[in-house]
Amino acid sequence: MIKNVVSMTTQYPCNNSLVSDGSALTDIFRRLLRIRRIEEAIAVRYLEWNMRCPMHLSIGQEAIPVGISMHLTDKDHVFSSHRSHGHYLAKGGDLKGMVAELYGKETGCCGGRGGSMHLVDLKVGFIGSTPIVGGTVPLAVGNAWSASLKNIDRVSVIYFGDGCFEEGVLHESMNFASLYKLPVIFVCENNGYSVYTQLKERQPNRKISGIAKSHGLSVHKGDGNDVLGIASIADKAINSARNGEGPQFLEFQTYRWLEHCGQNDDDDLEYRPRRELLTWKNKCPIERLKTHIVEQCLVTEQQIDLIEHDIKTEISNAFEFASNSPEPSPAQMRNHIYAS
Amino acid sequence: MHRNITRKIRKISYSKAIREGIDQVMQESSNLVVIGEGVPDPKSIFLTTEGLREKYGKKRVFDMPLAENGMTGICIGAAIDGTRVLMIHQRIDFALLAMDQIINNAAKWHYMFDGQMTVPIVIRVIIGRGWGQGPQHSQGLQALFAHIPGLKVIMPATAKDAKGMMITALRDNNPVIFIEHRWLHHIEDDVPEEVYGSDIDKAQVIRRGSDVTIVASSLMVMESLKVAKVLSEIDIDMEVVDLRSVRPIDINTIMQSVVKTKKIIVVDAAWKAGGIAGEIVAQVVDNGFDLLERAPLRISLPEHPVPTSHYMADYYYQDAKEIAEQVMEFFGYQGNKESIFDLLNTGYHRDVPTKNFHGPF
Ligand SMILES: Cc1ncc(C[n+]2csc(CCOP(=O)(O)OP(=O)(O)O)c2C)c(N)n1
Ligand SMILES: [Mg+2]
Repeated sequence: MIKNVVSMTTQYPCNNSLVSDGSALTDIFRRLLRIRRIEEAIAVRYLEWNMRCPMHLSIGQEAIPVGISMHLTDKDHVFSSHRSHGHYLAKGGDLKGMVAELYGKETGCCGGRGGSMHLVDLKVGFIGSTPIVGGTVPLAVGNAWSASLKNIDRVSVIYFGDGCFEEGVLHESMNFASLYKLPVIFVCENNGYSVYTQLKERQPNRKISGIAKSHGLSVHKGDGNDVLGIASIADKAINSARNGEGPQFLEFQTYRWLEHCGQNDDDDLEYRPRRELLTWKNKCPIERLKTHIVEQCLVTEQQIDLIEHDIKTEISNAFEFASNSPEPSPAQMRNHIYAS
Repeated sequence: MHRNITRKIRKISYSKAIREGIDQVMQESSNLVVIGEGVPDPKSIFLTTEGLREKYGKKRVFDMPLAENGMTGICIGAAIDGTRVLMIHQRIDFALLAMDQIINNAAKWHYMFDGQMTVPIVIRVIIGRGWGQGPQHSQGLQALFAHIPGLKVIMPATAKDAKGMMITALRDNNPVIFIEHRWLHHIEDDVPEEVYGSDIDKAQVIRRGSDVTIVASSLMVMESLKVAKVLSEIDIDMEVVDLRSVRPIDINTIMQSVVKTKKIIVVDAAWKAGGIAGEIVAQVVDNGFDLLERAPLRISLPEHPVPTSHYMADYYYQDAKEIAEQVMEFFGYQGNKESIFDLLNTGYHRDVPTKNFHGPF
């Protein structure tokens, strides 16, 4: 279960042109909140044991895909890994298809074959997420390579974690992307942990971004809980990639609130320093934006209530859709072994 | 004067047995190190490495960067230099990233340098299943490893073997792939407390019978034993051979059984094409072409990946019920099959190893 968020938030320090655009900010707020509420609903309903698959929730990390997706179109392509709900939803992935997928239903985004760790929505350019760490990184580079071979105006985005940065294939992929100046955006969501293991137990004391830079990528670093900061970095990086300036490497510091896999708060296991989680909860990306827009009178409480209400309705509709959807028949598992 | 040696035997789980085996060899050889993603973490690889870091320290028990291929090579390099290594992957699927190092280096170093060096490494890999593990977290890849000369590939089924075979593997001077099934971890068995090694190149008759030889490995041994028990009530007397090692395959033990039963069924939780079941059948035919009274039967998985959704995956696996059905078919049994199936019904959901399992993995 998710414990209540302490609503003592940090001030919004962004000097971005967006800061005073009320309707734009309200929209960003809605996008963030929507992902949060969806994952909270999943966490609560997971305990009914009808979503029978491993679940890696991204609560606390929502700002990154929201800030990035603002600058992508449906024609741009996104790849991801095990923790992909936020990436999928921010890109516009169909909520009903996702929830039905978690329930293993026929109407799921891959017909029940994938579950939480294998999302897809081709209509909006979400090409796929898979759970072998690093597995999709070269695919995103190949996607960008193909776009450049075909002269298509498109950027490819690959989301991965700090743990993935250790995989050889990531470095091979950066090398090739850089060699051919491919329009690919590497997004490293650095939450400081791989499962229970801290970054410093796995990587020496040097900068992740420094390595990407040495591979010849343009490097951008930011606060992964500052959605407006992320948006402005993404704007710049995505434009550069579109303009043929080659691969971009974005590294954002953030924090996972719940356990690595599952719906629990596992802070009692003490693999994270005391109060670390609390510190990060105080940097909640959603509360932060909310405080800003409320204090600047860019949004009213009624508007926020309305947003909450709409999201709630959308979520309950999606769960209802999933529950009422037909189960795939066992015979369906034999489809699509080979393409025709 | 008689000295009463009381050999203590008690029931412990497969995962505890593995832990005990590792612990005992770490005590006897100070140059054995243990490494893997999550080895010292709070979940300690399904409790199989629990407390080892505390006991042996940070210079012998390691967590690992997410770098399966490079780290496997690094471990091989250390092993060539005489540091004995136990490397652990939480899923067999993750070891796929390291196939180059395993096949091109570990399996060949001793051979290609004319026996001048050895590679004493054990790589533990765990086959996942259920709770939506899906296509990339639950593959039965034993044949892939068993194909490679230079590797020893073992699949202990019981807690007693898990410990004894772990000890032998860790003392061996060759690369050993130690394949576990996630659904065996909780199963208890009589396990001696003492340090003992068990053969890692021998099959074992685990249940005597006269009508048919069932060769099975890992979790399928447990499923086959359930079937044997139930089918004995309709006078089908199965002899169950626990394969234990998939490279080498102990054809002698299998043939001794087949000479008696004149029939062979192989149960292998993997794909049939190019698989272990086919290899065993081929070796049986090679060795006893005239013996067989019936065409051999292979019970394997459907020739496609497993989908995540339990609505489909529940029909993918070949467990006791499916095995019983095929064995009855094999014998042309005409009686009431439903009553047999009832006996094999676990009464809980098919995508979990135990009634109260709720994931996440
Ligand atoms: C090749 C491979 N090795 C190990 C795993 C097990 N595993 C799944 S997620 C994960 C942690 C990944 O950490 P990170 O990349 O930082 O992403 P995060 O979970 O923090 O979002 C691990 C080790 C895997 N799925 N694939
Ligand atoms: Mg991480």
